[in-house]
Amino acid sequence: MQRPLPRRPGEGLTRGFPAVLSLVSAFAIWELYVRVSGISPLVLPAPSRVLDQMVLNRAILWHNTVPTVKATLAGFSLSLTVAFVFSVVLDFTPRVRRALLPIFVVSQTLPLVAIAPLVVLWFGFDLTPKILLVTLVTFFPMLVALLDGYAATDPEIEDLLRAMGASRRTVFRRARLPSAMPYFFAGLRISITYAVVAAIFAEYVGARAGLGIVILNAKNSFRPDLVLAAVVISSALTLVLFAITALLQRIFLRWRDLGDGR
Amino acid sequence: MSILEMKNVGVTLGNTAVLDDISMRVAEGEFISILGPSGAGKSTIFRLLTGALQHDRGAITCNGRPLAQNQQGFAFMPQRDALMPWRRILDNLTLGLEVQGMTRKDARDRVMLFLHDFGLIGFEQHYPAQLSGGMRQRAALLRTVVQARPVQLLDEPFGALDALTRTRMQKWFEERWRDARWTTVLVTHDVREAVALSDRIYVLSCRPACVIAEVAVPTARPRMDRAITAEAHALEAHLLDILLNQTGDQI
Ligand SMILES: Nc1ncnc2c1ncn2[C@@H]1O[C@H](COP(=O)(O)OP(=O)(O)OP(=O)(O)O)[C@@H](O)[C@H]1O
Ligand SMILES: [Mg+2]
Repeated sequence: MQRPLPRRPGEGLTRGFPAVLSLVSAFAIWELYVRVSGISPLVLPAPSRVLDQMVLNRAILWHNTVPTVKATLAGFSLSLTVAFVFSVVLDFTPRVRRALLPIFVVSQTLPLVAIAPLVVLWFGFDLTPKILLVTLVTFFPMLVALLDGYAATDPEIEDLLRAMGASRRTVFRRARLPSAMPYFFAGLRISITYAVVAAIFAEYVGARAGLGIVILNAKNSFRPDLVLAAVVISSALTLVLFAITALLQRIFLRWRDLGDGR
Repeated sequence: MSILEMKNVGVTLGNTAVLDDISMRVAEGEFISILGPSGAGKSTIFRLLTGALQHDRGAITCNGRPLAQNQQGFAFMPQRDALMPWRRILDNLTLGLEVQGMTRKDARDRVMLFLHDFGLIGFEQHYPAQLSGGMRQRAALLRTVVQARPVQLLDEPFGALDALTRTRMQKWFEERWRDARWTTVLVTHDVREAVALSDRIYVLSCRPACVIAEVAVPTARPRMDRAITAEAHALEAHLLDILLNQTGDQI
């Protein structure tokens, strides 16, 4: 019985247009500059050359993209699960919250450059250290987003539920959790971009395959065009993941898009 | 026996003495109104009853037992509607029943019976943000009465309605009340509303609040159907005089 909400047709297209335009012109200027200045492709390759290289090396690139995607998704899923579990525990037990939150804050102060090689040293060149590093980077923002979201619950709604005889658990499920959803999705959109970067960095430090390895090898053999090819793929990957979270947000937070209906 | 009784209740919030000395009792099936100037502490009384606040002095009892042991709960309508923006109207309306343990389906069937009377037909699937202020208020009132608890606490339920809708809702509410005899405590600014609906009226002073008058309304029911009687008129004038001249209002 759910009615579709009114949407202006073609809205997405019109809104996306300026972004596409600025992106295309940036690449056009870059291409033009490389051609006019005659700069060596070993220093700054033109976008067209990067594209050529992507097509030429598509098998290798694909082979190395898969592990990165795996590490990102596995690490991010783990991070979400752990962040959610901890957020619930901390919300229900202020004492545990006071005990653990400082530790989590400290975990965020560790420089990735120092930690990544250690984690690789301890856990080897397989998927495990990548998953751990992605989790380390994205766990805290997700936890904070959820905790802030719970705290932003309208106290009148909580009072109302309690007056109805609701238990602490019911108040959490009916009021605090749904109130946290906008915060959760805001955190999700930011963290997912960190996740890709963290996975690539973890590979860069030590891995058998992955976009990080492509970048490392290309850098060592003075191939900026291949470095940029890997960068393009990682950006595309991030954008796709970002778009998926935006889509999920649209579906789960439909009620928030109704402000002007009043 | 009184279903609800407050004896010399006082509350201080931070450095503000909000309630000074509040004593009132509500008998089963009685309709009580609390009248008082803005900021007197009317909503605070409800926050005490629903357990959102603890009182510092005095005693509150339900059926002779301390409030904390009251298992039945109250059907409470907050001053602001407190509709959940993420739930469709229908799901907001069933909230109280679901918390009581009713299945969603049964709760919906029950709520559906009232939609027409509350002028919410066709809006079940809307979100609160898509409703007018008056409709939201009606939804909040329906969410309250559908719970069928032994005591209802209504904090200015008709406050946000336009005059026409308000009169219609008051009339409807009186009819329903005559059928169901819900024990009701109504907070209002509106003297006419208090006289039209109540058995007894308590008038509060300005903050820190104490009860400065207790007035019984003897007029026969139903009252909303007919023209206002001379008796009711005199009572309104009397209450208005108390509110304007004896609440200690500095304005
Ligand atoms: N947490 C608090 N700390 C200090 N003072 C408070 C607190 N909560 C409420 N008050 C004060 O208590 C007084 C009574 O508030 P309350 O909401 O009960 O008034 P009210 O009678 O319902 O007013 P209105 O008719 O405008 O709704 C107000 O003057 C308010 O400033
Ligand atoms: Mg109030």
